[in-house]
Amino acid sequence: MSAAREPYVGRRVKRTEDPRLIRGLAHYVDDLRFADLLHVSIVRSMYAHARIVSLDLAAARSAAGVVDVVTVEDLDRARIGDVPCAASMAGMKTPAHRPLARGKVRFVGEPVAAIVATSAYAARDAVDLVSFEFDPLDAAVDLEKALAPGSPLVHEELGTNKAFEWSVASGDLDAVFKSAAKVLTQRIVHQRLIPCPMEPRGCVAQYLPGERQLTLWTSTQIPHLVRTALAAVLGLAENRVRVVAPEVGGGFGAKLNFYAEEILLSVLAMRLGPRPVKWIATRREDFAATIHGRGQLGMIEGAADAEGRLLGIRYRSIQDLGAYPQLLAPAIPTLTGLMLPGCYKVGAMRMDLTGVYTNKMSTDAYRGAGRPEATYQIERLIDLVADELKLDPVEVRRRNFPAASEFPFKTASGLTYDSGDYRRAMDKALALAGYEKLRAEQQSARLEGRLLGVGVSSYVEICALGPSAALAAGGWESATVRIEPSGKVTVLTGASPHGQGQETSFAQLAADFLGTDLDDVIVKHGDTAEVQYGIGTFGSRATAVGGTALWHALGRVVEKAKRLAAHLLGAASAEAVGFEGGVFVANGKTLTLAELATAAHHAKSLPEGFEPGLQATYAFEPKNFTFPFGTHVCVVEVDRNTGDVRIVRYVAVDDCGRVLNPLLVDGQVHGGIVQALGQALFEEAVYDEGGQLVTGTFMDYALPRAHDCPRFETDRTETPTDVNPLGVKGVGEAGTIGATPAIVNAVVDALEPFGVRHVDMPLRPEKIWRLIQAGGKA
Amino acid sequence: MKLAVTVNEKAHEHEVEPRLLLVHYLREVLGLTGTHVGCETTLCGACTVLLDGVPVKACTVLAIQADGAKVVTIEGLEKDGVLDAMQQGFWECHGLQCGFCTPGMILAARDLLDRNPHPTEDQVRGGLDGNLCRCTGYQHIVDAVLHAAKKRGASAAPAPSPAATAAPGAGRHA
Repeated sequence: MSAAREPYVGRRVKRTEDPRLIRGLAHYVDDLRFADLLHVSIVRSMYAHARIVSLDLAAARSAAGVVDVVTVEDLDRARIGDVPCAASMAGMKTPAHRPLARGKVRFVGEPVAAIVATSAYAARDAVDLVSFEFDPLDAAVDLEKALAPGSPLVHEELGTNKAFEWSVASGDLDAVFKSAAKVLTQRIVHQRLIPCPMEPRGCVAQYLPGERQLTLWTSTQIPHLVRTALAAVLGLAENRVRVVAPEVGGGFGAKLNFYAEEILLSVLAMRLGPRPVKWIATRREDFAATIHGRGQLGMIEGAADAEGRLLGIRYRSIQDLGAYPQLLAPAIPTLTGLMLPGCYKVGAMRMDLTGVYTNKMSTDAYRGAGRPEATYQIERLIDLVADELKLDPVEVRRRNFPAASEFPFKTASGLTYDSGDYRRAMDKALALAGYEKLRAEQQSARLEGRLLGVGVSSYVEICALGPSAALAAGGWESATVRIEPSGKVTVLTGASPHGQGQETSFAQLAADFLGTDLDDVIVKHGDTAEVQYGIGTFGSRATAVGGTALWHALGRVVEKAKRLAAHLLGAASAEAVGFEGGVFVANGKTLTLAELATAAHHAKSLPEGFEPGLQATYAFEPKNFTFPFGTHVCVVEVDRNTGDVRIVRYVAVDDCGRVLNPLLVDGQVHGGIVQALGQALFEEAVYDEGGQLVTGTFMDYALPRAHDCPRFETDRTETPTDVNPLGVKGVGEAGTIGATPAIVNAVVDALEPFGVRHVDMPLRPEKIWRLIQAGGKA
Repeated sequence: MKLAVTVNEKAHEHEVEPRLLLVHYLREVLGLTGTHVGCETTLCGACTVLLDGVPVKACTVLAIQADGAKVVTIEGLEKDGVLDAMQQGFWECHGLQCGFCTPGMILAARDLLDRNPHPTEDQVRGGLDGNLCRCTGYQHIVDAVLHAAKKRGASAAPAPSPAATAAPGAGRHA
């Protein structure tokens, strides 16, 4: 290895993951092969709310190929615990969440029984042989109605649908609102979304009675946390449980959870062991019974002075929890509260949140998780202020940004933003977009009767989750670096990437640090039997927290190697040993990393007290979150005849700190923006009044397709952070957080000639067309 | 029922249930798990394979419908250790993240270039409308297809087919 080679870090290195994926040779859960495999099909509720009068499983039990059938009584007998919620709020009313319904079903898709058969087709056939009688009940669907007296109760034993109340406040809000020149109020809907990773959820479980060892292969973002939770629910010793996240086909928060099916499959495996059992969700099951996102409804009020400076913000909101509180659900809207002031200096704020149970699938973290809500409403509010005061929305933003010199910046919600230069990012985005020219074009377009709109969104997000104080299970991350006897490098990360590309970016880090080729490094993750305990991949944390753990582990391993090198090369101390390009130098003599690794393992001549082998582990605990930021500019044209919205241009300037691989960062930004585009324009999980999921297939729930998306123009600023020594901030959710308000602001701007000040997402053509018609008449 | 089919240039004969789906035949009987099941309703395109040269969603084709036909799956694209131009394009341009939609996307994109060797960006976007990706935002996928078109054009320049002038969306195959 030549010392002169260009570092891998910072380059557009193509991914080491890809060769297996582009050849169809990767192994997602459904691709793993097992001998004597049994297949599971789940009987689910087709009612949103109903009493279970009777459930006749006799025909299913005796059907060809059926091996086992379980209901909640079997789980009770085996003392299987509830599906847990790890983010309970103070005073929260928490219902029992059995993995299979007991007595009552509470949402469409709730599991009622599980059937095991020798083939997937036989298991599915047997579901149709189950005869049951349900007594349908009125459903609690609408959030406000669910909180009103007389509403049907999702859980009668709680006596209310209200799960909890939570507030965050600072400053003298009443005084601020009294003294304000302007008070703006807007009802805001953050519609329910369905995450839809392309790989549906699924798992395989196998119990080996001899070894007393349970293994669960599951499509998850958090294998270690699933293992801990699963052991607790099953009453097994944690060291007898292994969880493996194999290739995972996207998550977006949907797989940052612990599901009833993961428990069920494990229970079945223990009944039927050593035969493995498999369940793969159909897309319909995934729509109905994998967590949904957003589902917040609120009223935002802003107090501003005559120059457009925000003095205070008040937000009252209701979070739809669905029927049961899933793993992190109650905590998600609290992130909205923490990020409520956005990237602005706000003197006083208050958020009052009510969590409510409804007869729908649970909500939980979906890409952005609480922060898109915060960004959306503050960015809408800024535009409302601009509209009210007849100011350019860009100018209003500029007047409210803290200056770069004010960082670390303490917010009204009590956070400390690590670093930022919001004005620089915005100026860069405006320059790239040609903002002044766009405004001129808009004027001439309006003269021609064309509806051109320009929307701006400046965001800051909370990333690199996070200090352990902020997360129930801890917020640190781990890494092990193992130099094998041959000098090849194995990295074990506690993070669990599923498309983000850390097999590549972590290999870049390690190869640069150790002076090896990229190909000499392998990055392993996801198997709790192979990788030391870790937390997982979510909250834009894998590189900022997991990458930093790796950086420290690399430092440790080199430190150890230098001690041995000093001994072998006859240097006085490790400090006297140089290390560059994979070669240790002292006294004019050299040793390669491979030679040193061999010596460390053969252990023929070691310094006093030196442990044989060459590896190191590090667990990194961050001292703060990181706060990436940026400005997005969106240009739309609205067809006044059809209400169709076309995105003409989209400019994104993001600051995610130091960039390890620009190719991967671009990919994260593009994908994030398109998920926001989906929310802004198309996506909405619709339940009818009876609680039936109307948007239960890709036919009814519109994901963005290639022709819906523009070519994104992206650029970056790079403001260092001292939260971690790598200086990285995280980028996985930036696009999703920054883009929705840019798109909506652009459409509202396009519709300004009709007096439109706000439109609720999704901005589907019919809604826009009706607004144009109404405005035209007004 | 008796099924005789050639998959990736290899002949197979099996007794199959009439209701067996082609995607399950490929995955479970032949062990070709590169073809993924994303929606079972023809809507996402993850299971796209070529059936006698025509892209189909294998989740809604019966295996027996492939009797006597030639099927190409993602596993059949690499020749003598050399990646297909489209596979190479996806790798070069970071046209994938989680990779689940990728096999179907690559096969659909190859068909697009077979019919229109020199597509515009709009034509690529329209031509891929039958395939969903939730990760990439499509930009790098579009780049990958254009990259492959350039590479293919450099090695061979077949005469443009009538589809070459087709409008965006014409390549949609549901």
